[in-house]
Amino acid sequence: MEYELVIGLETHVQLNTRTKMWCGCANEYGSDSNTNICPICLGLPGVLPVLNEAALRKTALTGFLLNCSVPGYAKWDRKNYFYPDNPKNYQLTQLDFPSTVDGYVNFESLGEIVKVRINRAHLEEDVGKSFHFADYSGIDFNRAGVPLLEIVTEPDINSAEMAYDYLNALKIILEYGAVSDCDMEKGQVRCDVNISVRPKGQSELGEKVEIKNMNSFSGIRRAITYEFKRQVEVLEKGGMLVQETRRWDDNAGVTDSMRTKEDAHDYRYFPDPDLMPHRPSDEWLSAIREGVVELPLDRKMRMMSQYKIPHESADVFVREPLLGDYFEQAAKGVKNSKSVANWVINNLQAKLVESGTTIDGLTFSPAAIGELVDLVESGKISSKIAQEVFNEMFKSGVSPLDIIESKGLSQVSDTVQLKAFCEEVVAANPSSVDDFRDGKDAALNFLKGQVMKVSRGKANPKMVDDLLREMLVD
Amino acid sequence: MTMVHSLTINQLIEKLRGGELTSRQIMEACLNRIDSVDDKLNAFISYDVEDALAQADIADKARSEGQEGPLLGVPVAIKDVIAVKNHPLNCASKILGNYESPYDATVIKKLREAGAIIFGRVNMDEFAMGSSTENSAFGPSRNPWDIDYIPGGSSGGSAVAVSADECIASLGSDTGGSIRQPAALCGCVGLKPTYGRVSRYGLVAFASSLDQIGSFTKDVKDAAIMLQVIAGLDDKDSTSVPEPVPDYTAALSGELKGMRIGLPREYQVDGLDTEVKAATESAVAKLEELGAEVKEISLPHTEYAIATYYIIATAEASANLARFEGVRYGARIYGEDPEEMNCKTRGAGFGDEVKRRIILGTYVLSSGYYDAYYLRAQKVRTLIRQDFLEAFEHVDLIATPTTPTPAFKIGEKAKDPLEMYLSDIFTISCNLAGLCGVSLPCGFSEKGLPIGLQLLGRPFGESDLLRAAHVYQEATDWHTKRPDLD
Repeated sequence: MEYELVIGLETHVQLNTRTKMWCGCANEYGSDSNTNICPICLGLPGVLPVLNEAALRKTALTGFLLNCSVPGYAKWDRKNYFYPDNPKNYQLTQLDFPSTVDGYVNFESLGEIVKVRINRAHLEEDVGKSFHFADYSGIDFNRAGVPLLEIVTEPDINSAEMAYDYLNALKIILEYGAVSDCDMEKGQVRCDVNISVRPKGQSELGEKVEIKNMNSFSGIRRAITYEFKRQVEVLEKGGMLVQETRRWDDNAGVTDSMRTKEDAHDYRYFPDPDLMPHRPSDEWLSAIREGVVELPLDRKMRMMSQYKIPHESADVFVREPLLGDYFEQAAKGVKNSKSVANWVINNLQAKLVESGTTIDGLTFSPAAIGELVDLVESGKISSKIAQEVFNEMFKSGVSPLDIIESKGLSQVSDTVQLKAFCEEVVAANPSSVDDFRDGKDAALNFLKGQVMKVSRGKANPKMVDDLLREMLVD
Repeated sequence: MTMVHSLTINQLIEKLRGGELTSRQIMEACLNRIDSVDDKLNAFISYDVEDALAQADIADKARSEGQEGPLLGVPVAIKDVIAVKNHPLNCASKILGNYESPYDATVIKKLREAGAIIFGRVNMDEFAMGSSTENSAFGPSRNPWDIDYIPGGSSGGSAVAVSADECIASLGSDTGGSIRQPAALCGCVGLKPTYGRVSRYGLVAFASSLDQIGSFTKDVKDAAIMLQVIAGLDDKDSTSVPEPVPDYTAALSGELKGMRIGLPREYQVDGLDTEVKAATESAVAKLEELGAEVKEISLPHTEYAIATYYIIATAEASANLARFEGVRYGARIYGEDPEEMNCKTRGAGFGDEVKRRIILGTYVLSSGYYDAYYLRAQKVRTLIRQDFLEAFEHVDLIATPTTPTPAFKIGEKAKDPLEMYLSDIFTISCNLAGLCGVSLPCGFSEKGLPIGLQLLGRPFGESDLLRAAHVYQEATDWHTKRPDLD
């Protein structure tokens, strides 16, 4: 029997606000343990939370980027559970009135554009982090109270690859919106997978299994692949699947049962009485809407059609938004924008890496690249000279035209002068001339090379070729 | 002759200004008074003599340099549920161990700015849960009018300290009557401001949607002075309200003519003590004589108030008290794993009443019961609030007895929590509806125990409330009576 996968993802993303969600402590990764803490994020007796408006704004912006609507009423709830890293032993989250709902993400997967619906993206607080030592444990509360967005999909994902592509697409969208730094190694993105299998064609869903503890997107892909196989095997052997939570063991590459439905937590949610509900005003929302940027997929499609560049180039510009922005400025008014793309991707990017600089540190304007491409296009310089001009431009910041003029690098297309170069070379290389006349075509390339050398690279190669043939065939 | 420690804030400030007294003298007088009576009364859990005298000296110095402040040099005792920087904070529980707060509550900050001497930790029912101050890990407080009787609760220590002249004023907290009830039973003035009027930042939460900090004072004028100092919007408390703070002392002057006072029909309950009934009826008659117009009103959902309260308050408490498990602060009893540590710490750290309420609150929030209990209670709460708002269309204030009986004996109701809960019957609705309320002395029982009159006002209607209470006190002398403790 053939089985199909049904997957929904719950992705937790730390918002990159300057301060934490309820207090003024820095939202900062990598500080010494328990240095970004205060009575409020430690949950000391008597403290109260006060909402960080920047977290609300970034949540609403994320909602817009994920095509969600932002309801006129959102509230906070207490999720009760005891755990040493949870300072109040309840977590503030949004149960039934989240800040954003009903969106979708379009992205490319296996060569086509697919859609995953977003059920909600709601705001909650992060908890501390436990560390276990030989005979005791410690908790770092620097992370406690960091604003955390939980982005929940509908069960629209049907393969490990699609889950992987969704996560990458989501990550880049959030980076575009500048709402999160999305560094998985710093724990800024965490994802739980809800997965079930069913015989192909069956409409009823199978038993839902939640997998936790993956620490990379590829780990998530592997966990899904493993879990699909495991669940199908159970069913093939006539077994029953149970609703449970399983933990991914990345080293062993397997999942193990953590708890079944029977011992699931009762979180005893109820509305938090310390926080007022949030009722976003139209003005507030429209100010946030102004921050909505072009989505990565839209950007790719637009670039491909606007600049006639291949999708590989567009992908580079989507992945590297600053480079893409630079390209768009360089290509302004330039006829051969594809060539501009090649220059930016092949030459500029390589040079940036080589010199260890960033785009911000460049001493010439993007228009200079366009100018360089135009110079090649019009035959003013050869592409070889263009390379030299580019290197000089990168070093000095001087414009291509000025470099060409000051160094006399313009291509020589004057027939009289070219003829003189050719005659000089023919006279000096009688044996190559004979070789050519004996039918060895390669000899012509040698002679052409000599002409270029004599002209210090400025001779128009096409005209040299024509002239040499003309002279030697006689 | 009036001893200096029995002065009101108003009288004391006058003497301090006139140079007749120093803050050090008044502080020493209070400390002496504590020395002589607190062994009997147990109002104070702890106090730091050196710190108190140092604050008094600072206040004297400030005054000598020409500085002023509405409470400059006035000793104010603090209920052990409000955070004071570097002072112990126990909530009258064992579970906090030797915890000291690293920060000041907003009300403490405001008291300091007004010049007050922040002095002592006064006793209470553990985590403000109780009506008698018998549920304290530091032993019960006793009623200064008869030490065999309870002082009320949960802010029992705050009431005793003021009534027994161990301090000039005190702060308490009121979740279902915890200021007004002990004020009534001890014969002082207890004011519970409107929810949102006073910042809760630094008040250890029992039931966050009901808790409010308020004052105990020797008369109504002092209540106005205290409220003036502690009221106002606080950016650290999202539930505090940007309503402007009027001049409460100025609001005291005026008359009662034209003021409409409502008597709720539903408050004529079976358990109402005849002496309490008589005393409050004559207080209402006095108000009428002073110009108020008295009429009967109806608050139809009154009978559901106690049940509603004990669902909402315990639900919130079950989450609020979850943080006390010995991981970050307070007492800790080790276990094999965090869960065992939690259970042992909480099992040993909390008293019976606190455990009872945590269990009740956990139950009403449990999956499958939430709708039947918590959600329904919230709906009833809305109806109770609507009852009051409707009544306030027709009257300006509501008058009731503060408690159905005078103080009961220590141990009398300790075995019967339900009986104990019923002693809050007249005070609970005020918190559910988010109103303001005051209790003021209006007589004594035959045994010589104080009886309190409760006045309830509209949300943010403290000015009307205080004016009526003040006019009553101008015409009576109940509030000037003091227990004989010698």
